[in-house]
Amino acid sequence: MSADTNMDTGLEMGKDAPLQSRGGLRQLGNRLQSQWKRLVIALPYLWLFIFFLVPFAIILKISLAEAIIARPPFTDLLEWTEGEFLPSIYVTLENFQYLLEDDLYWLSYLNSLKLATISTLLCLLVGYPMAYGIARSSQTMKNILLLLVILPFWTSFLLRVYAWMGILNTHGLLNNMLEVAWNIGMALGLTDAPFEPLQIMYTETALYIGIIYSYLPFMILPLYANLEKMDFQLHEAAQDLGSKPATVFLTVTLPLSMPGIIAGSLLVFIPATGEYVIPALLGEPDTLMIGRVLFDEFFVNRDWPVASSVAIALLVFLVVPMMVYQHFQSKAEVM
Amino acid sequence: MQQKRNSTFIISVLCFGFAFLYVPIFYLIAYSFNSSKLVTVWGGFSTKWYGALLQNEQILEAALLSLRIAAISATFAVLFGTLAGLALARFRGFRGRTLFSGMITAPLVMPEVITGLSLLLLFISLEEFIGWPAGRGVSTITIAHITFSMAYVAVIIQGRLSGVDESLEEAATDLGAKPFRVLWDITLPIVSPAMISGWLLAFTMSLDDLVIASFVSGPGSSTLPMVIYSKVKLGVSPDINALATIIIGLVTVGVICAAVLMFRQENQRARDMQMAASE
Repeated sequence: MSADTNMDTGLEMGKDAPLQSRGGLRQLGNRLQSQWKRLVIALPYLWLFIFFLVPFAIILKISLAEAIIARPPFTDLLEWTEGEFLPSIYVTLENFQYLLEDDLYWLSYLNSLKLATISTLLCLLVGYPMAYGIARSSQTMKNILLLLVILPFWTSFLLRVYAWMGILNTHGLLNNMLEVAWNIGMALGLTDAPFEPLQIMYTETALYIGIIYSYLPFMILPLYANLEKMDFQLHEAAQDLGSKPATVFLTVTLPLSMPGIIAGSLLVFIPATGEYVIPALLGEPDTLMIGRVLFDEFFVNRDWPVASSVAIALLVFLVVPMMVYQHFQSKAEVM
Repeated sequence: MQQKRNSTFIISVLCFGFAFLYVPIFYLIAYSFNSSKLVTVWGGFSTKWYGALLQNEQILEAALLSLRIAAISATFAVLFGTLAGLALARFRGFRGRTLFSGMITAPLVMPEVITGLSLLLLFISLEEFIGWPAGRGVSTITIAHITFSMAYVAVIIQGRLSGVDESLEEAATDLGAKPFRVLWDITLPIVSPAMISGWLLAFTMSLDDLVIASFVSGPGSSTLPMVIYSKVKLGVSPDINALATIIIGLVTVGVICAAVLMFRQENQRARDMQMAASE
C-alpha cells in the first residue's frame, strides 16, 4: 500500500531521481515508524500536562498571592520595575496562616477526615461480606450480582442521592412505613403513645447513609477483583488441618485480601473527604466539610487565594493516601 | 465444589446490601407514577409528571446540552485514554513514565472540588494570557470532562491489555509487520471492547458530573445535573422522579445489552480458543 504512494510521488518528482526520492520517502516512513511510540505517548501526555498538572501550579501560585478587589482578584507574584533586571517577588503565606488561625478550617478538615474514615469503615463492613459472597457464587450468579453492583453506579449519582431525600424526610417513605407499623402496634395494644417521626434528614446519620450508599460499589469492586483470584483451596487446607472458620478468615483470607481492602478503602476515603453534593443535600445545613468550605470560599466569599490555599491544604492531607493508591495500582500492573 | 457454598451470614449481608442499593431506585420509579403533588403520599397511578417533564423547556434544553457534551467528551476521552492505556501497558520504560502513570491515576481519586477549582483557574489564566477560551461554557466543560474521564478509559484499556499477552503482537512484528500495522490489525481489535465500555463510562460520567461542571461552566450553559441540583435543593419534586425513571430505564437497557454482548463475545472467544487448540 505504501509502495504505491511512494511510486506516485517518485514519478511526480521527475524521472531522473525516482529511486533516490523513493528511498528518501521510505526513510521518512521508517523514521515515523520508529518514532510512533513517542507519538502515542505525546498526545495524552501533553493533554494531561496542560489540563491536569499546570492547573495545580496555578492553584499553588494563587494560594501564595494576596486577595485584592480587581480582575482577577489576586496580586501578581512577580512585579517588574523599570530599570531593574530581575522582578521583585511577592509571596505571602498569609492565607495559610489564616487557615491555621481560624478554627473553622481546622474543624472542617477534622470533620471531613472523621466522616471519611467512619464511612470507609462502614463501607468495608458491608462491602467485604458482599464481595466475598459474590466471589464465591456460581459463575452465572457472579455475573448477575456483579451487574447489580455496577448498575446503580451507571445511573445518575445526583438522582440517587435525591432519592434518599424522599425516603428520609420527616414525612418520607421511611417514616410513613414506620407510622403504619406503629399504628398496627397501637391497634394491638402494644403502645399508646402517638407516633413520633424520626428526624433523620439533615442530620449526620443521613449524611453517612448517603456517603455509604454512593461509595459502596467503589468498595465492592476492587475487593471482588481481589477475592475472585484467591485460591480457596488454601482455606480447605487450613480447615482440614483443624483451623476454625474464624481463624481461617483472620489468618488466611484477610491478609491475602489486603491489597483489595486498601484499594477499596482509598477509593472511598479520598473522594469522600472532599465530598460536596451529599453534605449539601442530606447533611445538616451547617455541616463543616472541607469541600463545602472550599466551594463557599470561592463562590460566596470570592476569596480566590484562600480557596486555593484550602485546596492545597486538602491536597497535602490526601497526598499520602493517593501515593499509596498509586503504589498499589502500579503493583497490580506488574502482576 | 461443596465448599463453594455461602454461609447464611454472607447471604443475609448480600440481601441487605442489595436491598440498600436498590430501595432508593425502586422508590424513585414507583413515585414517578404518583398522581399526588406531595412526593411522599401515594395518590393513585398517573403518568402526568412525564407530560410535565416534556413541557419543561429548561430541563429539556439542559438535557440536550449535557448529551452533546457527553458524546463529544467521551469520544475524545476514548482517543486519548486508549493511547495512554496502550503506552502504560505496552511501553515498559520511557522517560517520565512515573509522572505519566501518576497523572493517569490521580484524577481517579482527586476530590472533585479540587479538579474543578484548578481547571477554572487554568481557564481564567489562559484567557488572560492568550485570549482563549473567551468566557466559559460548553467548550470548557467538555475539556474538563475529557481530562477526568480519559484517566478512567486509560485504566480500562490498560487492564484489558495486561490480560492479553504480547505474543500476538510479537509474532506479527517478527513476520515483518510495521508498528502501525501491528497497532491497527492486532492491538486495536483486542482493545475494541474495552474502548466501547470506556466510551460508555466516559459518557455517563460526563452526564453525571455536577461539581466540576459548576466550576467551569459559564452563564447560559447549565448542564442537566446543574438544573436538577438547583431544583432538588429546594426539596423533592415529582417531575424529577419521572426524569430519574427515564434515565434509570435507559441505563438498565443499555447495561444489560452491553453485558449480554460481552458475555456472548467472551463465549465466542472461548470457543475459538478451543477450536484453535484442538487443531
